[in-house]
Amino acid sequence: MFANFDFDVIRRSLSYLFFDGMTFTLTLTSLAAFGGIVFGTLIALMRLSGYWLPGRIAGLYVDLMRSLPLVLVIFWFYFLVPYIGQWLTGSSRPVRVGAFASSLITFTLFEAAYFSEIMRAGIQSISKGQPAAAQALGLTYSQTMRYVVLPQAFRNMLPVLLTQTIVLFQDTSLVYVLSIPDFLGAASKVAQRDGRLVEMYLFSAVVYFAISCVASFGVRRLQARIAFVH
Amino acid sequence: MNYHWNWRVFWEPAPNGTGTYLDMLLSGLVLTIETAIRAWVIALIFGAVIGVMRTLPSRTASSIGFAYVEFFRNMPLLVQLFLWFFVLPEILPNSWGLWLKQIPNSPFYTATIGIGLFMSARVAEQTRAGINSLPRGQQLAATALGLTTAQTYRYVLLPMTLRIMLPPLTSEFLSTIKNTSVAITIGLIELTAEARAMQEFSFQVFEAFTAATILYLVVNIVVVIAMRFVERGLAIPGYITGK
Repeated sequence: MFANFDFDVIRRSLSYLFFDGMTFTLTLTSLAAFGGIVFGTLIALMRLSGYWLPGRIAGLYVDLMRSLPLVLVIFWFYFLVPYIGQWLTGSSRPVRVGAFASSLITFTLFEAAYFSEIMRAGIQSISKGQPAAAQALGLTYSQTMRYVVLPQAFRNMLPVLLTQTIVLFQDTSLVYVLSIPDFLGAASKVAQRDGRLVEMYLFSAVVYFAISCVASFGVRRLQARIAFVH
Repeated sequence: MNYHWNWRVFWEPAPNGTGTYLDMLLSGLVLTIETAIRAWVIALIFGAVIGVMRTLPSRTASSIGFAYVEFFRNMPLLVQLFLWFFVLPEILPNSWGLWLKQIPNSPFYTATIGIGLFMSARVAEQTRAGINSLPRGQQLAATALGLTTAQTYRYVLLPMTLRIMLPPLTSEFLSTIKNTSVAITIGLIELTAEARAMQEFSFQVFEAFTAATILYLVVNIVVVIAMRFVERGLAIPGYITGK
């Protein structure tokens, strides 16, 4: 079945696949994970703030994002971001936004909903005595969060946050629907140009599989180490 | 904003001749639900079998289960759909590949099977977690009573597990519905694709996406409410989820 398998098409396109495609995918993954964790933590703090309105807004945001398919959200932001840009800058026409910026905004805001649920669980897992003790020492709310609660919540949730980042890494392949050349997009461009769908799609499957496997193995090791210290 | 809103666009006839734009979106919704339910059946059957295999005492069975789950979990769904749709017909023997390519409606079948198998790995993990969450005493007691492994699963472990698993299964079913939209890439004209088509025909981007968003929300709410009734009916008395 591999009789007319053309390995050369993979070799010829390696530099395009990795220097252009994989760089895009990894940059998007890491920036969106960072932004998503920051926003997600803020959303989690809003939900746990005890104030009705911020808690309500954060809850609605999370529920909305979590009930929509990512593909639809990608389309939404692709068309919406130029108008938001126009509104923010006060220009007379919708702002042109590049493919990378548009997908970065999409993934950051979408994943923030998922990261916020993880951070919320992390914050709630800290025993009540800790913030109480911090308050007794005279720390303000923001100091309590900054120095006592969040560092521990983050540390406990690190494996889950990283697992979600692996999911995010796989999900970035969906920018394919906007014909953006991420790793899969680049592979599919070559595949269609050279008529080599089988080779290119099998190869990208192997690459995604290898990276995700290694990453989740690393997370499992980390989890064992964290569990041991406790 | 210089965007021209026109909410009446839904009642205008769509250029593809199937009725109004609203009809177009609704037919997409039907296809989304149809794909999701069929994929869910596949996911439940394969997921339950693989999940049970991972908890069996046999080394071979649990390694096969482990390999299965890792295989389907470590590749993006989109890549898996491409493998089923573009790659599989090419690497099969010629006559089979030809037969596969000539099946009418092949995006629908590919999406159903691809999404079903992708979700089955996650159902398997939930099944395994459910079985492992039972107190060890249950299995030991069943063994002490002289039940075989098959009987232990059939009469003791699975009836408990399936009921404990309902809440996580609900959210996996919601994921299945959302994941059907990935099949837009292999040409399945489900709800997101219909919204996109409507945007291209009518230029009313935000109306089309708003309508799709509302339809997805309604489906979610209906599933959550329906499952809450099922969960209440099947809850195990004395367990956290039971009353």
